[in-house]
Amino acid sequence: MAGTEGITQQELNNSTGETRDETDSRKNDYLQSKVEGKALSKEEKLKLRKEKKQQKKNKKDDKGPAKEEKAKKPVPVMDGQQAQQQRAPPTSPLVTPEAPPTGEKSGKSKVELRADRRARQDVDRTSKQGKKGDRSQLASTAKTKAPPSEPQPVVKRLPEHIQADDPAVLKKVAKKLERQQIPLRSDYGSKVSLFSHLHQYSRKAPLTQQMSIPSTVIHPSIVHLGLQYSQGIIAGSNSRCIALLHAFKQVIRDYATPRNEELSRDLVNKLKPYISFLNQCRPLSASMGNAIKYIKKEISNVSSNIKEEEAKTTLQNCIDKYIEEKIHLAAKAISKSAFEKISDGDVILVYGCSSLVNYILCDAFERGRKFRVIVVDSRPRLEGRETLRRLVKKGLSCTYVLITAVSYMLPEVSKVFLGAHALLANGYVMSRVGASQIALVAKAYNVPVLVCCETYKFCERVQTDSFVSNELDDPDDLIVTRKGKTELQNWQDIPSLRLLNLVYDVTPPDFVDLVITDLGMIPCTSVPVVLRVKNVDQ
Amino acid sequence: MLLLILMLSVMELQAVVMAAGGGSRMMDLTYSMPKPLLPVGNKPLIWYPLNLLEKIGFEEVIVITTKEVHKQMNIDTKMKLEMVCIQEDADMGTANALRHIQQKIKTDILVVSCDLITDVALHEVVDLFRAHDATLSMLMSKTHEFTETVPGQKGKKKTGEQRDFVGVDSSGKRLLFMANEADLDEELVIKKSIMRKHPRMHIKTGLVDAHLYCLKKSVVDFLADNKSITSIRGELIPYLVRKQFSASTNSQKTKDDSEKNQKKTDLKTPDIHISSKDEDLLDLAREKSCWNDHRGDMSDAYHGGKLRCYVHIMEDGMCYRVNTLAAYIEANRLAPKVFSEEFPIHPTAEISEQSMVGADSIIGAACHVSEKSSIKRSTIGASSCIKEKVKITNSIIMNGVTIEEGCNIQGSVICNQAVISRGADIKYCLVGSGQCIEAEGSCFTMGPLINCNIPFLLSVAGCPGEAGSYQLHKALEAAVN
Repeated sequence: MAGTEGITQQELNNSTGETRDETDSRKNDYLQSKVEGKALSKEEKLKLRKEKKQQKKNKKDDKGPAKEEKAKKPVPVMDGQQAQQQRAPPTSPLVTPEAPPTGEKSGKSKVELRADRRARQDVDRTSKQGKKGDRSQLASTAKTKAPPSEPQPVVKRLPEHIQADDPAVLKKVAKKLERQQIPLRSDYGSKVSLFSHLHQYSRKAPLTQQMSIPSTVIHPSIVHLGLQYSQGIIAGSNSRCIALLHAFKQVIRDYATPRNEELSRDLVNKLKPYISFLNQCRPLSASMGNAIKYIKKEISNVSSNIKEEEAKTTLQNCIDKYIEEKIHLAAKAISKSAFEKISDGDVILVYGCSSLVNYILCDAFERGRKFRVIVVDSRPRLEGRETLRRLVKKGLSCTYVLITAVSYMLPEVSKVFLGAHALLANGYVMSRVGASQIALVAKAYNVPVLVCCETYKFCERVQTDSFVSNELDDPDDLIVTRKGKTELQNWQDIPSLRLLNLVYDVTPPDFVDLVITDLGMIPCTSVPVVLRVKNVDQ
Repeated sequence: MLLLILMLSVMELQAVVMAAGGGSRMMDLTYSMPKPLLPVGNKPLIWYPLNLLEKIGFEEVIVITTKEVHKQMNIDTKMKLEMVCIQEDADMGTANALRHIQQKIKTDILVVSCDLITDVALHEVVDLFRAHDATLSMLMSKTHEFTETVPGQKGKKKTGEQRDFVGVDSSGKRLLFMANEADLDEELVIKKSIMRKHPRMHIKTGLVDAHLYCLKKSVVDFLADNKSITSIRGELIPYLVRKQFSASTNSQKTKDDSEKNQKKTDLKTPDIHISSKDEDLLDLAREKSCWNDHRGDMSDAYHGGKLRCYVHIMEDGMCYRVNTLAAYIEANRLAPKVFSEEFPIHPTAEISEQSMVGADSIIGAACHVSEKSSIKRSTIGASSCIKEKVKITNSIIMNGVTIEEGCNIQGSVICNQAVISRGADIKYCLVGSGQCIEAEGSCFTMGPLINCNIPFLLSVAGCPGEAGSYQLHKALEAAVN
């Protein structure tokens, strides 16, 4: 047919002058397919666009080899479609398909058009895969750490302190500590199997036993702090954070930038071994973690232009400001909100020793509210005795019970105030072990539970049970000596006996009615919102 | 890595070794040789505290000593020893010595006496100092009875050795009360303020003070201002212990008053902190912490007191202060078992095969032990020469001693360069340095005093007590001359 001949001629023209006449052929294509009466479907439009892109790319790549091809091609190409089809499969090599699928010609019969389309699709598919291969190759070369072959989102790595039973992780930690010249604290006693992934240390084996006196690697105030943490002299979320910031102030005060180093980078590196050391003495709390993040950010933001003395003063002022804002003013704000919730004649139940709850109660009492307090305490820490002492010293009338008597006391309680160690991103409250029990029993008796927590203790972690991440305290604390006799003296010799001394537990948000923060009184489920707002602010 | 090479510019503790004391309670040994250089297990006495400091990780030590000791001392140690020499005749008290080096003190100090031999885990003492932010932290040990017979003593003597009364709280760590029997008339007086704060106090008397103290820098500064205190153990420590409970240290109101009254008699509280603003933070942290060191009353942790003294009492382990002859002999017996690293018999010593050297004896360098000699439970110093058929039991022979053949030495101490001629029979004696016991001489249970040559065939009986020995000495001199 004349049409076919016309096609072959055009083909020839196109194959020879493909780089030049591409746009012409495109135009012809388009017009002729329109003439055909079939509007181009979306797919075909997309394909066309892709082909255009491919050809533009090939133009750049093939200016050299194309000229050779021009010389070669006019000879063999006699039958257009067959040649086309022959060309189509060999275009599977990825980067530069030699013959762009310019085989789509106009004025063909339906069959020929369909064949054309099929060929185009094949070519598209291969070129698409080629592009994918390109992209993935580029990606793998560009990124130094490519995620594993699965295209799923990267799994977050577990923190090391909850992988105490994984020997690979232990080895890694040991190597890191060796590099930082910090001794490794060894675990003590047999652990309950459910908690074997956590570390358990003994207070009688402090970390300083393995370190030199005087400490040369770790700043003295950090050593003092670590000892105070491990012996429990500084305990409680706020207190640990303030003591940490105080120690950091000393470190910054005694810091001298070495030559050829910048304060913003070197000081952060200096702090890393200190933080590892403190972590070995006692696992860091959420409040400490947030404070450390803040400090590191502030240090990194120190501009290199200002002098060292000025930078150090700025950093120390930042620390003061952080404490003032996040702890003092927050406590005042929380106390103000909580004051509205405490009415005259209330019976308030508190658990353990929370510095914030004590502050609230003392403040409310000073402002004239008449209420009485029931202090609930639990072994082995018996922190409630401290709360009792402080409240009674102020003049509040208090009752003291152990946690075993909580269900007897609850019928007379009007409110429960709990402190928090951290508030997790899914609304769970992490607090001293036993607080979740108090909340549960209070819920059963329909007593409102109010948790008081500053916003700097909010953390991004998500936990729904107390097993996954917790802290194991010294199991010897559980041992009681009466009249010189200790029944559990040699508990380690009994193979079937394990002692468990948990420190924290998580309370689900269903049991908590209100969280009082310095941003206001929010329900437990609004914690992620606060976190998001905080991140946006920073 | 740069991080590792750079040392901290801030030091935590500085070590000070007091080696200027005269050894007044064992003059027989120390009249010719300074106390720090007395050999114990063939090592000079001062090696032991220095070794203790080196093992823990100290790298620099300030040694306060006399010129004579400095000249003769050569200790093999990796630490940098900074020797501060003071006049011998000055008879400086230990506190005066500290005042003397006040300029060198930049941080808290660890003061050790040169006559301390111990294997204590020092971190126990220093941890108390660090964790509780204490002003004073010291080491004490349960007394061990001395089992060896001491030349010059008949039976146990406890006179002259006065008891220390030490009061600790129920945890056994906080030091509440310290007094020496010598300072008390007839009664032990305990202030009501102590009893109010610590209703349960354990008073112990069988403790040995190791003279190892961790002191804050502010105490050294206080000493510089207050020149009336001369001795650390005698005056400073009891003062600090008493000051814990004095009214001026505790009440916040009178703190300002006391700072205003800067008379010499009204002494400033020795706890002036570096930066008051930072201390506020630490106080705040403590206030918010849910910890208290005591319970039962309404006060805060430490009863709000800023001055705290702590003590670590060693239950097991070795702790000796070599300041009497008995202690010296005991130390010689026990120290080598714990401390010697090399072989008990020095490689350069020549010991003939037919001699018998017991397993718990120590032979020093370049010694010469001839055949058929027997050495049991004894220490022989360097370059000593022991001829044939000598029997040495339970004795301490120092350097350069010559013991001729056929001697029998039992339970004695023979000092440097002495010569024991043939056939001498010496039991429980102390032969001074450079002395010579003539042939066939026999000494039995004599006091520590053979400071003159004893002619041959003289048999001398012993007599107890020092006064007696002095008379005997005179008698001997008369006999000789």
